[in-house]
Amino acid sequence: MVQYENLAGELLKKATTKGASSGDVVIVEGDSFDVQVRLRSVDKLSNAHEKRLGLRLFFGQRTAVCSTSDFSRESLDRLVEDTCHLARSTAEDPHAGLPEPSPLVSPDLGLYDESLHGWKIEDKIHLAVQAEAAALDYDARITNSEGANLSHAGRRVVYANTHGVVGSYPVGSVSYSVSPIATADGLMQRDYWYSAKRRVKELAAPEAVGRTAAQRALRRLGGRKISTCDVPVVFDPETASELVGSIAACVSGYAVYKGVSFLAGELGQSVAASSVTVLDDGVIPSALGSRPFDGEGLATRKTTVIRNGILESYLLDTYSARKLGLRSTGNAVRSVGDVPSVSHTNFHLAPGNHRPEEIIRSVKRGLYVVEMIGFGVNHVTGDYSRGAVGLWIENGELTYPVEEITIAGNLKEILMNIEMIGNDLEFRGTVASPTLKLSRMTVAGN
Amino acid sequence: MAKELTKAEDFFLKKFNLNTLQLEQTVGKALGKRIDYADLYFEYRTNESVSLEEGMVKKAVKSVGQGVGVRAVAEEKTGYAYSDEITVKNLEEAARTARYIADDSTVGKPVPVRSGSAQRDLYPIQTPVSDITIQKKIDLLNRIDILARRYDPRITKVMASFSSEHKVILIVTSDGMIVGDIQPLSRLNVTCIAEENGNRQVGSFGGGGRGDYSFFLENGRFEEYTKEAARQAILNLSAMDAPAGTMDVVLGPGWPGILLHEAIGHGLEGDFNRKQTSAFTDLIGKPVASELCTVVDDGTIPGRRGSLNVDDEGTPTHRTVLIEKGILKGYLQDKLNAKLMGMAPTGNGRRESFMHIPMPRMTNTFMLAGDSDPDAIIRSVKNGLYAVSFGGGQVDITSGKFVFSASEAYRIEDGKVTVPVKGATLIGNGPDVLKRVTMVGNDLKLDAGVGTCGKDGQSVPVGVGLPTIKINSITVGGTRG
Repeated sequence: MVQYENLAGELLKKATTKGASSGDVVIVEGDSFDVQVRLRSVDKLSNAHEKRLGLRLFFGQRTAVCSTSDFSRESLDRLVEDTCHLARSTAEDPHAGLPEPSPLVSPDLGLYDESLHGWKIEDKIHLAVQAEAAALDYDARITNSEGANLSHAGRRVVYANTHGVVGSYPVGSVSYSVSPIATADGLMQRDYWYSAKRRVKELAAPEAVGRTAAQRALRRLGGRKISTCDVPVVFDPETASELVGSIAACVSGYAVYKGVSFLAGELGQSVAASSVTVLDDGVIPSALGSRPFDGEGLATRKTTVIRNGILESYLLDTYSARKLGLRSTGNAVRSVGDVPSVSHTNFHLAPGNHRPEEIIRSVKRGLYVVEMIGFGVNHVTGDYSRGAVGLWIENGELTYPVEEITIAGNLKEILMNIEMIGNDLEFRGTVASPTLKLSRMTVAGN
Repeated sequence: MAKELTKAEDFFLKKFNLNTLQLEQTVGKALGKRIDYADLYFEYRTNESVSLEEGMVKKAVKSVGQGVGVRAVAEEKTGYAYSDEITVKNLEEAARTARYIADDSTVGKPVPVRSGSAQRDLYPIQTPVSDITIQKKIDLLNRIDILARRYDPRITKVMASFSSEHKVILIVTSDGMIVGDIQPLSRLNVTCIAEENGNRQVGSFGGGGRGDYSFFLENGRFEEYTKEAARQAILNLSAMDAPAGTMDVVLGPGWPGILLHEAIGHGLEGDFNRKQTSAFTDLIGKPVASELCTVVDDGTIPGRRGSLNVDDEGTPTHRTVLIEKGILKGYLQDKLNAKLMGMAPTGNGRRESFMHIPMPRMTNTFMLAGDSDPDAIIRSVKNGLYAVSFGGGQVDITSGKFVFSASEAYRIEDGKVTVPVKGATLIGNGPDVLKRVTMVGNDLKLDAGVGTCGKDGQSVPVGVGLPTIKINSITVGGTRG
């Protein structure tokens, strides 16, 4: 990696001699592997190596980014020329620029598993086959499968800027999923289950993942449509995470300063039920959303976004923070070919103290949501209307599956209407939530 | 020999210091006794984007990407390897990895190849959009900003972006073809925010295709995109909450064709039908729509966003009839699924880039015009919804359930379009929804050229189209019961 750190330094030096006042370089190099098995044998297998380099330059308050996967001398010379040319063409933006100089901190968060290197292809295939088999063999009504997919990726990220900040870190992830199909009365239902981690050893057992996938597909058989109604709605942790993900998008500094978030201008205001606390924590060891430093070389941290219902912080990088007169929260992400932007790290709603069964039992008549589809989320207004699949709750018990319905509300009300919070928080991705109960939503059906 | 091939082949051979024999040898190396088919996919792509917000073009980005993907197919199995360094050594390494799936260590002989390029060019361009100076694009965005703000003082924010792509591909196949193509693609998007008394609403519009930069300046196109975005934002200021429940829905012409894409198109892709995981499995020859409906997928319309001279496996694109007068006629196929199903490829094998394995995808999917007057269609509805623009949609291919969200919609009361409504979502069942189509308008329109379809993590540009249609009783998800 020293060679890439040197390369980054050379490019920045060259750009400076061409008149750039400051800039930074990101280099990402990595390998990825993907295998899909279907009906117990390999369907697709893919292996890859890739690298990319992105150069961002400032000419005073003007800026541009260029990137390439071609590291030849000729290509990189062209890259510097192109970036200078583009940057000189853009408008002067008073808020543009690198962060204030600060020394780079890069804690070892255990984000890379060395054992991924020696993992034999046969063993990976076997794991996927076992997981799918566990689903196929679970019940006679599991009649088909979209297969099981296992993939892992590892890469090294190098960052350098003209303040002399240089750093790099390795990062990896491994995941697999199973998608069985259940059939009854000639109608098919598909569902899936998965495990995603930084380390191979932390993955859930294939038998458990396959079995859960089968159970999830089976419980959707015989789905009914219900009449339009206003009822309490319980979100399982998967669908609750999607709701929480919408909050993450709406507290991004960019959405806020552009005024395209319903949470713009709400800092310090009550935006959720007082039981709701939402955090973003970038330094949880070996978690999928952790990173040792952000896309601008700033330290990542734990940020309380909503504390007891009060909106306490947005998620910010340097630019969006300057636009809002605030300070970066270390949430810059940098895709190699673009200017920095904001992303959450490990974004979650803090657990409450209700067991999930207890939450379901508290509902006399309502909906337990297990899947949402469609893109009916308007971040500007908070309007929320999505297709849903769920289980009908009658007298505190899960009864029959329901489908071809929508659930609708507005995120402002949804956050205020959170009535019970489960104790079942588990990080399965970069956004997590325990089971949530909303006092009411509109369910549209017949 | 078609000029695209000559240009694309020369381009890659020269740039990476390769010769045709080396390509023939690599395809041969990916082939073994148990490998049915192998191909190489070379790609060199330049992307550029400028964007405006807060009255200034403060962002310009450009990227260059290159690489090669090597694929080996044995019956249902696919082995794939790719690299962003195009060298003989990497090609050989990739061929070895790809062949792994067949558990086969035999190596095939070089495969002689001949030109298989399409004898047509659906997107001849005078000047690549990337050769137009950055200043011209910046000026265009600045004009849009002024135009949008002039539309109405309640427009408080304007965001606009112009993106272009120039992609050169070369495909070498073990069935002896070498096929090249140069694929331009550009898109202009405008988003406006309108504000009034604390009420904030958004409107978006855009368009594009595989043409020259002048496309955006002709026929008042950029002005139209701008006005549409501003109009929609202002309109939504007075929109009521959407109704909830089952009602008759009239879809306007053009972009609402996304309904066909979600509800029908995906379910007719060959892979899901070969695996029998689609709600449309085994329905060929059976009625899946009302007799008024004829639906096609056509990758051969000049200049359209979803069009291609050849697909990403080198097969020339086609016009494929999916549904004819209500009867299911065909699937969309790539080479692998066509072969396994004993059908012919339809030119629908597409991939996002050299990093991806091709699969059956749509191109431009639309319903042919009927003979109803659009006004008569509206007049026929007592109480319903008129949806003229949509945000996005999604489908569960196995159960057939689909969802899409309206970004501009109105109530229909006693045969008249009345108040605008926001936040309406439509949900239905793919194999069932077109059976409920009771009127089809004579006003077929294709969308303006902004569609991107995602499947299995791969995004590809697509087009949709629709005449005005009436669907009896579909579920509308809103908040007003």
